[in-house]
Amino acid sequence: MDVMSQLRRQLLEHTAFLRKEGFLDDQFEQLQKLQDENSPDFVVEVVSIFFEDSEKLLNNMAKALEQKIVDFKQVDAHVHQFKGSSASIGAMRVKNVCIEFRNYCEAQNVEECFRCMQKLQYEYVLLKNQLEYLFRVEQQIRAAGG
Amino acid sequence: MGMATETQFHVLAVDDSLIDRKLIEKLLKTSSYQVTTVDSGTKALEFLGLHEDDQSNPNTSSVFPNNHQEVEVNLIITDYCMPGMTGYDLLRKIKESSSLRNIPVVIMSSENVPSRINRCLEEGAEEFFLKPVRLSDVNRLKPHIMKTKLKDHVIISTDQKQENEEEDDDDESGKPVLQSQEEHQQRQQQQHQQQQQQHHHQHSNSNKRKAMEEGLSPDRTRPRYNGVTTVV
Repeated sequence: MDVMSQLRRQLLEHTAFLRKEGFLDDQFEQLQKLQDENSPDFVVEVVSIFFEDSEKLLNNMAKALEQKIVDFKQVDAHVHQFKGSSASIGAMRVKNVCIEFRNYCEAQNVEECFRCMQKLQYEYVLLKNQLEYLFRVEQQIRAAGG
Repeated sequence: MGMATETQFHVLAVDDSLIDRKLIEKLLKTSSYQVTTVDSGTKALEFLGLHEDDQSNPNTSSVFPNNHQEVEVNLIITDYCMPGMTGYDLLRKIKESSSLRNIPVVIMSSENVPSRINRCLEEGAEEFFLKPVRLSDVNRLKPHIMKTKLKDHVIISTDQKQENEEEDDDDESGKPVLQSQEEHQQRQQQQHQQQQQQHHHQHSNSNKRKAMEEGLSPDRTRPRYNGVTTVV
């Protein structure tokens, strides 16, 4: 099998893996469908914005939870935003942690909120690594003339 | 002369999330709309030429249909949850404005809250989309735009078309049909009444209730909730 076919297979298999493991849902496929000649880097662009956004939000959440008196409304606002952006790119596992997180914000449970935030950070880093790998393979395909 | 089918319709998209703005912009452009995005209700009103203090003055509006110097907006699609002015607030301001109230407004939200949806529809929103918005949602926008466009064209071409179009009254397919202004208004009223009935009876089959459907309608095969309860 030539390099191109191998790379393409890698891409397909990895995307299928991410779907199967629940990292990504349908919505990611919607993003891929929107990518065309007019916006050949659409997915990477949107996901890059997501990465930037997420890191800011995670920082803000951490700061808010570290306060002596925690402003749960504020924490919830950050989680709500994170939930929205993760849903928009199809980041299902991240989104689901956000949903759980919001429940604990409503219950004003600091410990559980902390736990959720850590879970969120973990899932986010996992996803980021997975997507960066995906994009690298895509780049290789393009470099090889695909 | 008839309708200019090459005309690109212009949609104003309002959302405080950058990702969602990028998404909606791409969805709309892919569907051949001209798009302007803004990140707040206030900026939306500014773009529309409506200032907070002079809502009822049509001269400040940049959307008067026959004014070819200004930018015409054919539809507004806005997020519900935004800091400051919510999508609902924006909807109200638009419907309260004599110059803007005819522009169809669609609301988007990441949360499926029936009371919220009802409120928006009752305030005059055409549709309520659950986020993330997809191409199939954007495909539903055309009829709402055509309804308004029809009004404009009917004013110009009533005399010519009246004879030809009488049989076409029964055409419910949603295709733009030129009617006399009277017939058109009757149809509008009929549709509006139907919509009101639907609101009261909460028919889940109504297009507008898309977000409220508990089960899956035949043409929607994707799972909406993935087994996780949405927190209100």
